[in-house]
Amino acid sequence: MNGLMNGQVRAALALLPDYLAQHVLLSAAALACGILLALPLSLWAARRPRARWVVLAVASTVQTIPGLALLALFYPLLLGLSAITVRVFGWQVQALGFLPSLLALTLYSMLPILRNAVAGLTGLDPAVLEAADGVGMTPRQKLLRVEAPLAAPVVMAGVRTAAVWTIGAATLSTPVGQTSLGNYIFSGLQTENWVFVLFGCAAAAVLALVVDQLLGIIETGAARRDMRRLAGGLAALLVATAAAAAPLLRAPVPAYVIGAKNFSEQFILAEMMQDQLRQAGADVRRKDGLGSAVVFRALAAGDIDVYVDYSGTLWTNVLGRTDSPDRAAMLAELTRQLRDRYGVVVLGPLGFENAYAMTMKAEAAGKMGVSSLDELSAHAGALRLGSDLEFLSRPEWAALKRTYGLNFKSERSYNPTFMYRAIESGEADVISAFSSDGRIAAQNLVVLGDPRHAIPAYDAVILISPKRVDDRRLREALTPLVGRIPVERMREANLSVDRDADKRSPAEAAAALSAEIGLGPRR
Amino acid sequence: MASNPIIHLEKVGKSFDGGASWAVRDVTLSIEPGELVALVGHSGSGKTTLLKAINRLVEVDGEVRVAGQSVRDVEPALLRRNIGYVFQGIGLFPHMTVAENMAVTPRLLGWSRGDIAARTDELFDLVNLPRGFGPRLPEALSGGQRQRVGVARALAAKPAIVLMDEPFGALDPVTRDALGRAYRALHDDLRLTTVMVTHDVQEALLMADRVLVAAEGGIVADATPAALLAGHDDPRVTELLATPRRQAERIAAMARDAAG
Repeated sequence: MNGLMNGQVRAALALLPDYLAQHVLLSAAALACGILLALPLSLWAARRPRARWVVLAVASTVQTIPGLALLALFYPLLLGLSAITVRVFGWQVQALGFLPSLLALTLYSMLPILRNAVAGLTGLDPAVLEAADGVGMTPRQKLLRVEAPLAAPVVMAGVRTAAVWTIGAATLSTPVGQTSLGNYIFSGLQTENWVFVLFGCAAAAVLALVVDQLLGIIETGAARRDMRRLAGGLAALLVATAAAAAPLLRAPVPAYVIGAKNFSEQFILAEMMQDQLRQAGADVRRKDGLGSAVVFRALAAGDIDVYVDYSGTLWTNVLGRTDSPDRAAMLAELTRQLRDRYGVVVLGPLGFENAYAMTMKAEAAGKMGVSSLDELSAHAGALRLGSDLEFLSRPEWAALKRTYGLNFKSERSYNPTFMYRAIESGEADVISAFSSDGRIAAQNLVVLGDPRHAIPAYDAVILISPKRVDDRRLREALTPLVGRIPVERMREANLSVDRDADKRSPAEAAAALSAEIGLGPRR
Repeated sequence: MASNPIIHLEKVGKSFDGGASWAVRDVTLSIEPGELVALVGHSGSGKTTLLKAINRLVEVDGEVRVAGQSVRDVEPALLRRNIGYVFQGIGLFPHMTVAENMAVTPRLLGWSRGDIAARTDELFDLVNLPRGFGPRLPEALSGGQRQRVGVARALAAKPAIVLMDEPFGALDPVTRDALGRAYRALHDDLRLTTVMVTHDVQEALLMADRVLVAAEGGIVADATPAALLAGHDDPRVTELLATPRRQAERIAAMARDAAG
């Protein structure tokens, strides 16, 4: 156990330079933009009582939007903007990654700065302001020599608050494709790697504390008019930021961007594709933990180059189909439609399915004598359904309800990890499991049959972005994966990452799986 | 009167509500070089508005001329650098040292570092403060000391005119009397022209060469202290003078009784 912990800490430490650098760069850029926007705005608003009210109300409203939602909102916004710029100027706007994160965090950082700057400027002693006029200062001199220095300590306190908020909220930029310390938290949560989750929290907290202390030195320097203290704090902050961001300068320009959704199987497959590409001598960058709706659009827009999706998901979500033809027909139709509509290439199926599978504890199913969804419908009224976060709003669920007349006592959504926990603990009686998940066997669950084919096939397929259609190196590196991964192997690999004891990292699981199916040895 | 006023107000008016009521209405007056003029009156009489019209802290209708030039032709900031200004709030800059506060106007005028240092030393002597106060912050000073710095700041750029708005109003009576007399001496030594607003008639009578009584937006009396004490037709002026006169007579009577 101890050795394992050390191994995971070591794995986390290996990722730290890159995660920290990206986190620091993003937070620093957002804070800088926040200051640059908020200061002139507060100056303008401080002189206009009515405008001041409006500005502060708007900023406060922005603050009430949950951080994750604010980040998520910028993705479709930029996607729409990109569609316009492509049409008008012929270039596209990056809708994923740094830009949406920067915009959201900038907005987020503005309120404390605005509020403090306005308070600082409007709270000045009127006698001092009258004296500034009386001695013959111009409005500009009055601002620079009297108002700004007197308001500075209050403004700095606001900047300090904004910095701590921004560093914390930056961990939420992982799902929109920006690497940050949040990658530890999001991937750790998915793979039940609590060492990673704790490591991510601790790293973000330590970063926030260090920055807060340095800004505190600057703040007291400003309050005491101690120029040496102020300059020292500023210099330390700049040096620390530069040092933290330095790894980015050394990082090679990425050649390929691999996307992944937010569960273990996706992480493992992304690792395998990354290894194949690296063996072919290519540079690779990863965007992990993307939302399942975001990821296809990101591919179609060229923000990522390749990822693995599932035929049934694409069939319903992207093509909007509600019928479920057989496996081969669906795959052929899908390949044609994605190419014609989006220019996206389906490189091929990996060889296994990851379908939604309604499962129950084997013991409970045996007692009730339930082995298929037909038989389940009679008992559903007394049972509680646990699902992943998106299942209940997906067409598959609608099709299941329609086809089998399923009507559960209650329906609750969980993150996938906790969904399996819920059926284990008895909080849920039936869950919408994933057929390639190793936990089905490990937890002694049974998959209920779908005799009327309400759920479509879910072949795992490699998708390639339109801009990489003619990239031979990419195709040659990834083609060896096509048709080579049987569902048993995938389940084993998934379980080795998801289980409680003797856990493997996705990278280790990927290496083992590659070796088992006879792909080239890892470095 | 002499015909070369340093300050001249011609038909000056000011309404803060677009003409519905007037803080000052149709005031014409001249102030000669070297005079110390006190503007007295109740609050709301328009005396502060008249004072602030001179250095354009308040913009008024009519014409204000300083040294023969209309103030409307001069940038307000430039105008104010050449007119000393002292007020009840003092308004020392809390983030600047005492010496920096004194040197504000010379610095705005672009004086050399050496000239500013020499002038600051002079100013400490002039307002009778120890030079050791230079590097201190205003918060370390007493109220009387702060207003001495305020006076020094107003005199720093050697202005010919000083405007004072209730300059000693916030000080205790002893400090107030001492500062008043010290200022009168400075006024004479430096040959200043001073316009001082005060609601304290006694202070006005004891310090000024000439007292203007403001009431309801106009000037209702304009005379030397002696002439005013001799009597005035306007009942508002008589009433204003009655209280200090009565107090002075009672104190004089008590002093006689104590002696007798």
